[in-house]
Amino acid sequence: MSAFVGKYAEELIKNAKYIATPGKGILAADESTGTIGKRLSSINVENIESNRQALRELLFTSPNALSCLSGVILFEETLYQKTSDGKPFVEILEENNVIPGIKVDKGTVEIAGTNGETTTQGFDSLGARCQQYYKAGARFAKWRAVLKIGPNEPSELAIQQNAQGLARYAIICQENGLVPIVEPEVLTDGPHDIKKCAAVTETVLAAVYKALNDHHVLLEGTLLKPNMVTPGSDSPKVAQEVIAQYTVTALRRTVPPAVPGIVFLSGGQSEEEATQNLDAMNKLEVLKPWTLSFSFGRALQQSTLKTWAGKKANVGKAQEAFLSRCKANSEATLGKYSGGSAGGLASESLFVKGYKY
Amino acid sequence: MNLVDELAKNAAYIGTPGKGILAADESTGTIGKRLSSINVENVEDNRRALRELLFTTPGALQYLSGVILFEETLYQKTASGKPFVDVLKEGGVLPGIKVDKGTVELNGTNGETFTQGLDGLAQRCQKYYEAGARFAKWRAVLKISANEPTELAIQENANGLAMYAAICQQCGLVPIVEPEILVDGSHDIKKCAAVTERVLAACYKALNDHHVMLEGTLLKPNMVTPGSDSLKVAPEVIAEYTVRALQRTVPAAVPAIVFLSGGQSEEEATLNLNAMNKLQTKKPWSLSFSFGRALQQSTLKAWAGKEENVKKAQDAFLVRCKANSEATLGTYKGDAKISEGAAESLHVKDYKY
Repeated sequence: MSAFVGKYAEELIKNAKYIATPGKGILAADESTGTIGKRLSSINVENIESNRQALRELLFTSPNALSCLSGVILFEETLYQKTSDGKPFVEILEENNVIPGIKVDKGTVEIAGTNGETTTQGFDSLGARCQQYYKAGARFAKWRAVLKIGPNEPSELAIQQNAQGLARYAIICQENGLVPIVEPEVLTDGPHDIKKCAAVTETVLAAVYKALNDHHVLLEGTLLKPNMVTPGSDSPKVAQEVIAQYTVTALRRTVPPAVPGIVFLSGGQSEEEATQNLDAMNKLEVLKPWTLSFSFGRALQQSTLKTWAGKKANVGKAQEAFLSRCKANSEATLGKYSGGSAGGLASESLFVKGYKY
Repeated sequence: MNLVDELAKNAAYIGTPGKGILAADESTGTIGKRLSSINVENVEDNRRALRELLFTTPGALQYLSGVILFEETLYQKTASGKPFVDVLKEGGVLPGIKVDKGTVELNGTNGETFTQGLDGLAQRCQKYYEAGARFAKWRAVLKISANEPTELAIQENANGLAMYAAICQQCGLVPIVEPEILVDGSHDIKKCAAVTERVLAACYKALNDHHVMLEGTLLKPNMVTPGSDSLKVAPEVIAEYTVRALQRTVPAAVPAIVFLSGGQSEEEATLNLNAMNKLQTKKPWSLSFSFGRALQQSTLKAWAGKEENVKKAQDAFLVRCKANSEATLGTYKGDAKISEGAAESLHVKDYKY
């Protein structure tokens, strides 16, 4: 068989399909300890375990928010954490039909001889780690590969390295019962226009799907987490309909119909931008053989974080802010978002140059 | 209309539900074999007469969106002097042209081949466009065996297809991309599926590398079937494996997939295509036909080269066109008047075009 059909095949297909349910999407709450530290410090909160636990508890216990989510990506520490009254986070998610996922990569390192291009680490004992995560309740994984646009970038070396890395990670996940989210992020940094981003995104995705085929990955049991196709961060913005058009065209040219769902990363977009772009894509009258949804980190949590500011008294209001973004994005996956859930915070750009996870 | 729009429009038109392609591009040598099978001399006038019979069949052209021609035929006319190209255009059928120059063996392999025809291809395409052609076809061939297809054969053929496709698009011709995996062999359907997926993945990577605009292309693949020496399976099984292979490899930007019939009988090919279109699953491209033998076999036999048989032969041709048109809609009931030869297997071992 071209695709590896192991003992988890049916489960992988079922879980991938569920995550791709129209009206639902993924909360990316898998910030590493270092990264969540930056978020917490931006609201003057100390980066200690109980605060990290408190933030995630706030999110996962937001009334009615979980019905907008099909999955949550967790960092390893969070997979084993509990609420303040002792209930494992994994149980809360499962009881609310939200599939727990796990970030399994170990960050990026530079590729020598390139102009700051990177490859992603995390292969050592990956199979064994996946087995452990599966036992702990995880049913999908995520691995972030990063590419950048520059005069000579992305290089063929960087594209190949990252595509191969994603494919190898993906098959190891599938061997161990985890649906791999394949994330080849092309960074927005740069003065390039949207056409350049489209060309690079198409080249990268074509390489990724060739690698997945080479490695016998079962596409029906995967998800794709790409960047949207947008102008570079130093370039003038364009309307959401334009972003939708270029993005969906790029995906139609490269992503086989066997993939059940595409869950976009938000990059540096503001909460409102990300939602509107996703909505525009789902309104586009063109044939899309996969669902288009979200896997947002900053674009789901930004206003929630600011509203919380680390204070117990703010939890209720913060949870309302979170619910508001969840609902907005849920509507966007159906092309039904009518705007208006933008507070000042929701429109704040979340772009950080040379963003390191 | 600019080039990009024209290519996309023509490719989409060829994929119109209810229509498909007649592959009438047999080279002089190949059509000679057909003619000799009905004891007809392989001279230009007979070749012309056969194609006239097909193109002037009353009511047939409505079921066709394109006809692939051999170079000689592109410039031929009816007996009353009307260019074939005009007959087709008036019937709403796009003329296409075979542009490859056959296969040659790859040194060091076990009989694997690559396809020739790139030299001066752009100039030839321009001429063909001026003569009325709007799409082209190039056949790459791979085989399944103990160690085949090799990575070399896959890469060479994928690359050749991609270069041909890029050149065609520059000249206004929609390239039909045809990576045929021969049915010869004793392998099962799963093996065929695995090879087909691997080959198609390589093709679409190559097309991307060569900057081919997928919206302005068509795919002409083999159906996924057991090998010729293996037990047959039901059309529903062929449909399931075929469509799955395509879902795993063919991007939605490709407007239509037009199957080759390989060695299948006329009826088999139609039933398989019909089963695919009945399948309830994701199919973002239309699924149609680009049949040569599977559209012409009974017609040829009915004609037998005799003027007095033309009407009978045209009736046979119309039956197959209509049947396949229904198959593209999943409405074929298998009730086509079976003429002599419709159920006849058309498999020729190690078939050379």
